[in-house]
Amino acid sequence: MRDLRILFPTRDGRDTVKAIDGMDFEVCAGETFGIIGESGSGKTTLGRALVSLLPPSHGKILHDGTDPAALGISAFRKHRRDYQIIFQDPNAALNPRMTIIDSVVEPLEIMGEGDHASRHRRGIEVLERVGLAAEAADRYPHQLSGGQKQRVNIARVLTLRPKVIVCDEVVAALDVSIRGDVLNLFADLQREFGLTYVFITHDISVVSHISDRIAVTYLGKLMELGPAEDVVEHPLHPYTRALLSAEPVPLPSHLRVDRRIILEGEIPSPVAPPSGCRFRTRCPSVQPRCANEVPAWRDVKPGHRVACHFATADGPPPDNQKAQRAS
Amino acid sequence: MTGVIDISAPTSARVAGMPDAGVSPQPPLLEVRDLSLSFATARGALPITRNVNFTIAPGERVGLVGESGCGKTVTGLSLLRLLPPQSARIQGDILFNGTNLATLSPRRMRAVRGREIAMIFQEPMSALDPVFTVGDQISEAYRIHFPVSRAEGRERAIAALREVGIPAPERRCDEYPHQLSGGMRQRVMIAMALICKPKLLVADEPTTALDVTVQAQITDLLRSLSERTGTALIFITHDLGVVAETCTRMITMYAGEVVEDAPVDDVLTRPRHPYTSGLLRSLPGLSKRRGVLTSIPGRVPSPNAMPAGCRFRSRCTHVVAGCEQSQPMIEIESGRTARCWRAPELVLPGAVN
Ligand SMILES: Nc1ncnc2c1ncn2[C@@H]1O[C@H](COP(=O)(O)OP(=O)(O)OP(=O)(O)O)[C@@H](O)[C@H]1O
Ligand SMILES: Nc1ncnc2c1ncn2[C@@H]1O[C@H](COP(=O)(O)OP(=O)(O)OP(=O)(O)O)[C@@H](O)[C@H]1O
Ligand code: SF4
Ligand code: SF4
Ligand SMILES: [Mg+2]
Ligand SMILES: [Mg+2]
Repeated sequence: MRDLRILFPTRDGRDTVKAIDGMDFEVCAGETFGIIGESGSGKTTLGRALVSLLPPSHGKILHDGTDPAALGISAFRKHRRDYQIIFQDPNAALNPRMTIIDSVVEPLEIMGEGDHASRHRRGIEVLERVGLAAEAADRYPHQLSGGQKQRVNIARVLTLRPKVIVCDEVVAALDVSIRGDVLNLFADLQREFGLTYVFITHDISVVSHISDRIAVTYLGKLMELGPAEDVVEHPLHPYTRALLSAEPVPLPSHLRVDRRIILEGEIPSPVAPPSGCRFRTRCPSVQPRCANEVPAWRDVKPGHRVACHFATADGPPPDNQKAQRAS
Repeated sequence: MTGVIDISAPTSARVAGMPDAGVSPQPPLLEVRDLSLSFATARGALPITRNVNFTIAPGERVGLVGESGCGKTVTGLSLLRLLPPQSARIQGDILFNGTNLATLSPRRMRAVRGREIAMIFQEPMSALDPVFTVGDQISEAYRIHFPVSRAEGRERAIAALREVGIPAPERRCDEYPHQLSGGMRQRVMIAMALICKPKLLVADEPTTALDVTVQAQITDLLRSLSERTGTALIFITHDLGVVAETCTRMITMYAGEVVEDAPVDDVLTRPRHPYTSGLLRSLPGLSKRRGVLTSIPGRVPSPNAMPAGCRFRSRCTHVVAGCEQSQPMIEIESGRTARCWRAPELVLPGAVN
């Protein structure tokens, strides 16, 4: 697999909830692609679409050059095996009446891989690698903690060894030590098998640690996309700047500086997003032009794209209030 | 910014201006004494927690952290007696304003649940009923305890949704849980939990699914509510940043036991238990970008094969002869306890380099 291309405009839901409203980017083979953004900005929807669980209502998603939507049923089933998602809600993918080990080997069974004994072995092995003792194997989902269930979901997908894994908020429910173990495991598998990850998370310290590139979403659109370090250290979009400033830091109070940029107002509804720039109703740098003109999705630096009229390679436009206070 | 839900409960007079917790000693709101939980399973009793002790003062905000699976959620659930009665065994006392909730009749417990103590769950989707609108569910949470009309219940639900920052609350009120994003659902849960203005709120990873800007709003909301009305908070989370910014105290659990109990700033700077220290050192910010993340080597022992003495022993780099003795919580300084006999002499790194 070389260059996996994903072009993704518009999914109009039943009453045209514009969950994803025109996105356009590619994920490269073997990379870790981080996605951060507002709750409800469409990250999960995007993740589901990326692995063909949701058909795009407009536009296309290409997996390694092929359009999965154009494949026949059996070819599609085989194809989908390589594109997996681990869900945000640990209950979503677990059958409450199946034991843990049965859930873990189920995908292998459906794909008809190996015999019963080898599937079982592989399942137990992966469970152990995500830090679950073999004794958890015979339990049922309701007998596990939230983080344990989440690890079962991770194990379930890892047994399949797909090419691409979309991880939707998969480590937030784990303590930092186990989180480290699981992320190290992901990194090992990537090195070993060239896996590609799309990592959706709210945890900026995690996403900046593991990603090669980071995309920032707001209300169904991409605001910024660039190399992880640049996006986190030198954000160019006012929304990214605000998002980064809100990250809670585990420091004692005398070492914390309040640098939080508070976003005024409510998140607009995706049914009727604001005209022009979607972030304008809450943007601290808003100008009259922002209401009339949709900002272009443009390269500001090599490999670093942003959707803001006024962002430059040096950074986001100045905060209006701060500018006012200064003058 | 969102404010505090301002719907005073009609039948109860509020205590205005709670004194700051910790400044003047006052009788605790909640006192958990030797709480041990176990589950009956096909293979016999499965011990989960052992002799958990802690107290919560009115208005205090306590972060409860620890190993995934160590018993944080079941401890929270036991306070509301929400564990499955067929399989869960509860031993010990749960004194809430002097009443022992562990032995309260189911009927009297129902009057406490949701009204005096409320809980926000880790998985909002399983806690919300898919067949009712979110407005109905919030309104119902109120009408269980206060006899108001449906219309008033709806008004209160809309106000509560607005207070937790949900846009177009009049419309969202009539939507079903599946129509909301993960973050929105969690805010619905919070609105539901706060609508009766409980004295104690147990929040089980309430912001895990929220982006950091919404998370900041929610934690600010919870904090200001707690400061203004004296609602105490037990905040179960894996996000130590949230604990640092929201809580006054942090309780660390490991393998079913409380291993450390300390003021937040102190424990972040200088943890006293090696497990707490290991946890703080695992923060990604302390490792090199794209490098291997630090973690605590080894695994937690299984509940059926707990070693005698210190349960952290097999993973502890400070283990010596003597650690196989049973480890009580010892007081290290006023207000700081740890379950490690070496705690007074060990100098352990925290979240600060
Ligand atoms: N089945 C559906 N019907 C109607 N609207 C939907 C449906 N699924 C999602 N939406 C809407 O689409 C938008 C995007 O939802 P999505 O779950 O993708 O957000 P998200 O970025 O993953 O949020 P979070 O971080 O809170 O998980 C939300 O406004 C949500 O209400
Ligand atoms: N109904 C049950 N029957 C048997 N065991 C159970 C049951 N419910 C929970 N457990 C076990 O009890 C232990 C504690 O679970 P709990 O949900 O309290 O963990 P937690 O500390 O909240 O973990 P996490 O951080 O992953 O949410 C776990 O090992 C879990 O597997
Ligand atoms: S285009 Fe205008 S409103 Fe949008 S981010 Fe830039 S300055 Fe803010
Ligand atoms: S009692 Fe011993 S093994 Fe346990 S934490 Fe303390 S030093 Fe480590
Ligand atoms: Mg989501
Ligand atoms: Mg839990």
